[in-house]
Amino acid sequence: MSKQVDQALVYQEPKGKKWTGPQIVLTVIVLILSLSCLLPFINVAAVSLSSKSAILRGDVSFWPVELDFTAYKAIFADPSMPHSLFFTISITVAYTAFSMILTVLMAYPLTKKRLRGRNFFSFLALFTMYFSGGTIPIYLNIKELGLLDTPWSLILPGMLSTYNMIILKSFFSALPKELEEAAIIDGANDFQVLLRIYLPLSMASLATLTLFYAVGKWNSFQDALYYINNKAYQPLQLKLYNIIKGSQAVDIAAMEGGSSAVATSVSESIEPATIIFATLPILVVYPFVQRYFVKGVTIGAIKG
Amino acid sequence: MTTHLPSINRSHRGWFRRDWRLYAMLVLPVAFYLIFCYKPMIGVIIAFQNYNRFKGMWGSEWVEFENFRFIMGMSDFKFALRNTLWLNFLGLVAGFPVPIVLAIMLNEMKSVGLKKLSQTLLYLPHFLSWIIIGGMVLQIFSPKTGLINATLLKWGLIDKSIPFLTKGPQWQATYTVVGVWQGMGWGTILYLSAITGINPELFEAAKIDGANKMQQIWHVTLPGIRPTIVVLLILSVGQMMNISFDRPQILGNPQVLKYCDVLSTFVYRTGIQNHRFDRATAIGLFQSVVGLILITGANFVSKRLGEDGIW
Repeated sequence: MSKQVDQALVYQEPKGKKWTGPQIVLTVIVLILSLSCLLPFINVAAVSLSSKSAILRGDVSFWPVELDFTAYKAIFADPSMPHSLFFTISITVAYTAFSMILTVLMAYPLTKKRLRGRNFFSFLALFTMYFSGGTIPIYLNIKELGLLDTPWSLILPGMLSTYNMIILKSFFSALPKELEEAAIIDGANDFQVLLRIYLPLSMASLATLTLFYAVGKWNSFQDALYYINNKAYQPLQLKLYNIIKGSQAVDIAAMEGGSSAVATSVSESIEPATIIFATLPILVVYPFVQRYFVKGVTIGAIKG
Repeated sequence: MTTHLPSINRSHRGWFRRDWRLYAMLVLPVAFYLIFCYKPMIGVIIAFQNYNRFKGMWGSEWVEFENFRFIMGMSDFKFALRNTLWLNFLGLVAGFPVPIVLAIMLNEMKSVGLKKLSQTLLYLPHFLSWIIIGGMVLQIFSPKTGLINATLLKWGLIDKSIPFLTKGPQWQATYTVVGVWQGMGWGTILYLSAITGINPELFEAAKIDGANKMQQIWHVTLPGIRPTIVVLLILSVGQMMNISFDRPQILGNPQVLKYCDVLSTFVYRTGIQNHRFDRATAIGLFQSVVGLILITGANFVSKRLGEDGIW
């Protein structure tokens, strides 16, 4: 019903004028920019599936030339790759679970105006957005706590994002107060209000924040580079980084007058194959989760 | 039950009995902030010490501003500072208008299906780590086998490869373009939601007054999203001293060190790799303090201009 009313109210462009000249130009420009976001992947995927000689000739563009699965065989033959994948999934799940618990526990009390010291707690959180100890004091702190070279160094330090907490807080504040008041009259305490009213009503926001945290952790690399030496605890991004930097060093050595053919043959299709290997999990979930992200950004813009 | 009655709630002593559950909830997050955010803030004192790993930050010798004097004299620090500001400036000039234009274009697209498809593709780079994007960039821009150079060579448009990543100024251009490309789609979201918020009657009125599409964009759309533009611009100016670590680290290489080394990568090399914790902390503290001044100044300017501040 309301949809029909809306359509009646909205100004309708005269029919048959959809594809005017400027409209075509505009659409083409936007589509070209959009394709620029897709084609690099296709190129990298094509290179990862091509033979070394075709890559070295520069023949590969958007379709594999002389189809060759050697790189993928090499990745799966190396047990450290699946291990790293499993490790990355584990820390992402653990980190996301802890993060969500802390975010909810911080956001809920801050929505209660009656809470004494509310401004103090808000300030405690907000100040960290504008000032931090910096890379080295944070590193030394991790070291003092004995977390260096343990999986905890990848999970604990960034657990609570103040930005995400504010998003959740402003969502909580916007929930209708009547349900909560009714529950309190029925004798519910804050734990019960949070679990039975706030959380069920904010599933969409919670899903959005879960994704923010999960993708952030999946993509994070700096913490692993700083804190992890043990090969068993290398997440996928760090492994990929080491492979890329290794082959870059080879390339540079080759350019400075080495035997380029020998040097490059080691890595030329392993690197793109690893990139695809690390990207696929994201590409698989991306189409389904994209809209939650967009929602999260617009909620975040309305500051609490 | 009776403890929940309002009369007791307002009493002087009842507040903790009434709200202890809220404080219980706060224990974990507050502990997190204290241990992982505030404790390292105390650690900045080693910027004023000749830090000795075995004596720790309470036993090391105090040297006042010696570390700051030392880094100010380092030519590597000057390069890193100059590159940080310059690359951020390039990113702002080249990158700031792009999402605005793109958002307006997306908004004007009549085909809903194509618009949705474009948005899905344009948001994609935002979801990938800089390591993955960096790996792709190194691949595509590589001198001989990379897609761009190989294609241009094949078509005879160039005689020899363009050194996208191996010559300083070219490297900076590549870095900037890749940054603009990565952020352009995601950057449209806030502008698109601001455009949706413009009162449709304004467009109607403009149409009745005979305004064409360009005039409508210039006189209705742009003024409508002005507050968003100003706030985002001020935020970016406030961030001029901050630079991410991942992007320069993955794209940079020793050949262009003078052009690609920035404060974040310089701190990493000095501190984590070479164990000069005190000097690296001094650089970080310098960066934090200047950053705080910039963002406060930006906020002040924003309020003076009559726009919403960020606080």
